[in-house]
Amino acid sequence: MPRASPRLRGSMSPDKLVMMANQISRFFASQPGGQAARQVADHILRFWEPRMRAAMLVHFAAGGVGLDPVAREAVALLDHHDPAADLHTRPAAPSG
Amino acid sequence: MGLIQETDHGTPPSGSAGMVSLTIDGMAVMVPEGTSIMRAAMEAGVTVPKLCATDSLAAFGSCRLCLVEIEGRSGTPASCTTPVAAGMAVATQSERLKQLRRGVMELYISDHPLDCLTCAANGDCELQDMAGAVGLREVRYGDEGANHLGQQKDTSNPYFTFDPAKCIVCSRCVRACEEVQGTFALTIEGRGFASKVAAGMDEDFLASECVSCGACVQACPTATLIENSVIEIGQPEHAVVTTCAYCGVGCSFKAEMRGGELVRMVPYKDGRANHGHSCVKGRFAFGYATHRDRITRPMLRARTTGPWREVSWEEALGHVAREFARLQKTHGRDSIGAITSSRCTNEETYLIQKLVRSGFGNNNVDTCARVCHSPTGYGLGAAYGTSAGTQDFDSVEQCDVMLVIGANPTDAHPVFASRMKRRLREGARLIVIDPRRIDLVHTPHVSADFHLALRPGTNVAVLTALAHVIVTEGLVDENYVRTQCDWDGFQAWADFVAEQRHSPEAVASLAGIDAGLIRDAARLYATGGNAAIYYGLGVTEHSQGTTTVMAIANLAMATGNLGRPGVGVNPLRGQNNVQGACDMGSFPHEYPGYRHVSDSATREIFERMWHVALPTEPGLRIPNMLDAAADGTFKGLYIEGEDIVQSDPDTAHVAAGLAAMECVVVQDLFLNETADYAHVFLPGSTFLEKDGTFTNAERRINRVRRVMPPRSGMADWEITQALARAMGLDWTYTHPAQIMAEVAATTPAFAGVSYELLDRVGSVQWPCNEAAPTGTPVMHVGHIARGKGRFAITDYVPSEERTGQRFPLLLTTGRILSQYNVGAQTRRTENLRWHEEDRLEIHPNDAEMRGVREGDWVRVQSRAGATSLRAHITDRVAPGVVYTTFHHPETQANVVTTDQSDWATNCPEYKVTAVQVSPTNGPTDWQRRYRAHSAASRHVAAAPAAE
Repeated sequence: MPRASPRLRGSMSPDKLVMMANQISRFFASQPGGQAARQVADHILRFWEPRMRAAMLVHFAAGGVGLDPVAREAVALLDHHDPAADLHTRPAAPSG
Repeated sequence: MGLIQETDHGTPPSGSAGMVSLTIDGMAVMVPEGTSIMRAAMEAGVTVPKLCATDSLAAFGSCRLCLVEIEGRSGTPASCTTPVAAGMAVATQSERLKQLRRGVMELYISDHPLDCLTCAANGDCELQDMAGAVGLREVRYGDEGANHLGQQKDTSNPYFTFDPAKCIVCSRCVRACEEVQGTFALTIEGRGFASKVAAGMDEDFLASECVSCGACVQACPTATLIENSVIEIGQPEHAVVTTCAYCGVGCSFKAEMRGGELVRMVPYKDGRANHGHSCVKGRFAFGYATHRDRITRPMLRARTTGPWREVSWEEALGHVAREFARLQKTHGRDSIGAITSSRCTNEETYLIQKLVRSGFGNNNVDTCARVCHSPTGYGLGAAYGTSAGTQDFDSVEQCDVMLVIGANPTDAHPVFASRMKRRLREGARLIVIDPRRIDLVHTPHVSADFHLALRPGTNVAVLTALAHVIVTEGLVDENYVRTQCDWDGFQAWADFVAEQRHSPEAVASLAGIDAGLIRDAARLYATGGNAAIYYGLGVTEHSQGTTTVMAIANLAMATGNLGRPGVGVNPLRGQNNVQGACDMGSFPHEYPGYRHVSDSATREIFERMWHVALPTEPGLRIPNMLDAAADGTFKGLYIEGEDIVQSDPDTAHVAAGLAAMECVVVQDLFLNETADYAHVFLPGSTFLEKDGTFTNAERRINRVRRVMPPRSGMADWEITQALARAMGLDWTYTHPAQIMAEVAATTPAFAGVSYELLDRVGSVQWPCNEAAPTGTPVMHVGHIARGKGRFAITDYVPSEERTGQRFPLLLTTGRILSQYNVGAQTRRTENLRWHEEDRLEIHPNDAEMRGVREGDWVRVQSRAGATSLRAHITDRVAPGVVYTTFHHPETQANVVTTDQSDWATNCPEYKVTAVQVSPTNGPTDWQRRYRAHSAASRHVAAAPAAE
């Protein structure tokens, strides 16, 4: 079998999760309304599988190195998320 | 069941609203103004003899067989070129007409081989039919004189033969190539008796610019141009209407059969997506269905390096059920998942997501739309409230300005491209935004008004610059925006795009395009009449793919180009059922109809239907599955119809993820690249072997109909059902119609869809429900679906993938006309004759700097990996940009692409990879290792001898 990629990463790799969170943050931070952190948190809740969120929270608890300010604020909101709450009660997010 | 004979009215419909009354052979007839006498006669039930006329082409008037007499007029005018007039009295039959027609036919036949009994077109020849229709009984001229009977056949094309000896020079083939296909590859060379059909510069067909769409073959009234399959097999005896399984155009075809053998695929005139046209793939490239590489028995193996062992369905499915149960018991409920494909039917995809949600008990289901159009779903959903294109294909006929961005329709959506070209020849204007000079930029009788050859990765900057011009030059349709869109959102957006940093002058150097071009293009889009945007994967497959879709949506709203024919936003979907795969709930966060898994009201609908409690959390996307496998928390995967090792980015990472799993199940036609890493192979069925539906790029739901039994014994939906039953689920579908009924019962946009409706009306476009019982061709009419259209701020964020000293060039990837996606189907057809390998397009300057000559082997190296392929030097790409296709596993272009992805959807950034290109003399280490691994992993153990 061919060798594994030297760049093999897992989904729980903090670097990758941080990069993804920062990408999301850059979009929502540019939108009007001053709700960027809330929108980033919503996006992560809607699209990230729980393992990814849990890994991000572990990284956050360890200092959250690399997270930009909006992403950091969003992850803090995740920390207080009630998993039983229906996301659809908030403004609809699209598919993708 | 017999053949399906569509009525040929001889000339196209007029389209006029005014009506004209006349008499034909004494019968009163009323037809639209501008209708030909020939067509009016057909509508009255009178067939006028004809040879050069057919209703897919403009009247030509050359064969002189359709002559008629008109009371009060002298002569015998051709009925095809003579329009009706009020009060006209036409006679289609008289002694004079009979004599004239016989004379004409006699001359045709005098220079035509009289080999009807052994002619491949025997029984399907208009010349033969007309000889009978006009009562030709003798040919007084012998064959001693000059004739064309001894001419050589052109057999260069693998799919059809050109026999000039049988040609009557009616020009139907030439006109079809021009009017229908728009390639202009054929001409009539010479004059008078020397007139002959010629391809290109009198080359053979294969060497000419002919694209093998088959329009000429279909138009030919004799055996001059005829399918090789008809020559080899004979005339078909029955036909079934079905839908092509290649691109997102979704062409309807008649599968013409002799017994259980497919003789030919003929485009269906009543197909609303293609209106009787086709391309080389749908028309001819069906040989893969019977290719010797087909696997028709289930197989198992303990290790992916060991040989496959053929087993019974029962053993294979039982093994999968036990393995998946073991994995979930050991590693948790979320340790397994499934991937469905845009090549699957809607019903198959629906069943797979149902299996995952109700059987696996998680939401770990994804589809290959993840790697193509997932940003379309997100972006259009955010802006308009529906995750789909806004128009039907027919809308192009009312379009005045086409803005084509990140799409190459002549290669990837050829049948629709022909309609675009026709409209452009009629005078519509064209803006192309693409790093490559795609064929549409300069094609016969079509030239783009503006080609913005932007630097890959700068879509958002350029689209925002277009918006800057529209806003700052006062070109906004304020009335539309005020009534249809969120006004506050618009104002924030207008302020944003008006900033100087978004001006064309500020963006020009970044994007590598002249600022004046951007300004002119923006003005044309905003002021040129009905303006429509057509886009493809050059928009979506970027780190800002979703933002680009939003920028497109913004432009359409700002200029009021939404909610009527001729305008809109049109994502050209890559594969046949991308739209349907998304509609059917194959994303890990949503149910059919784009409803989030956390939505308790939706969840309850499915819980009641499926009698099971459903998970509330989103599942893993494809890249997340592979990452989780690398982490050791994802262990089992069921993949139907998808070849992620070849199609997904960063091949080495995909392969490593699969290799880390304990039970990989591949359901496919062939041992594809992904099957190299599989433990179980379930033999799938082709589109010819099953019933179902595909939904094309215009949201059109079209029937797929079984024309032959599945070679493995089960259609794909039956395999999924059998697996579900092996896992303890009580599924009892006996036909895909029942699955669609379940979709309709649970999904509001499909509430009115049923097989009965589809069989009755042909096809429908969703939403199809009580409010729109026959579907919705154009969306957002009257109001935008989400209420008020939402403008998004589209700040340009450069890709992390940047050029530098080590990797100074930008690689972008795409498709070619003759091949389809990973090539699993088309590589197993004669289409290889046009594209037998992937090549790297490189600009002459870049090639010269590296000492690369045409055809040289070059190594393409990125941060992710390296591959080798041969170079093609062309100025079609700009300096600094290289391009290749991904159709061949020997090349594996995706070894080079990286794991950069779209911020919202993780759609990979295939279109921007920083690379270095250097001369080389052979395959890379990866290619060598992969070939060895691939050869070793495809061994099938010999069946034990019978006792």
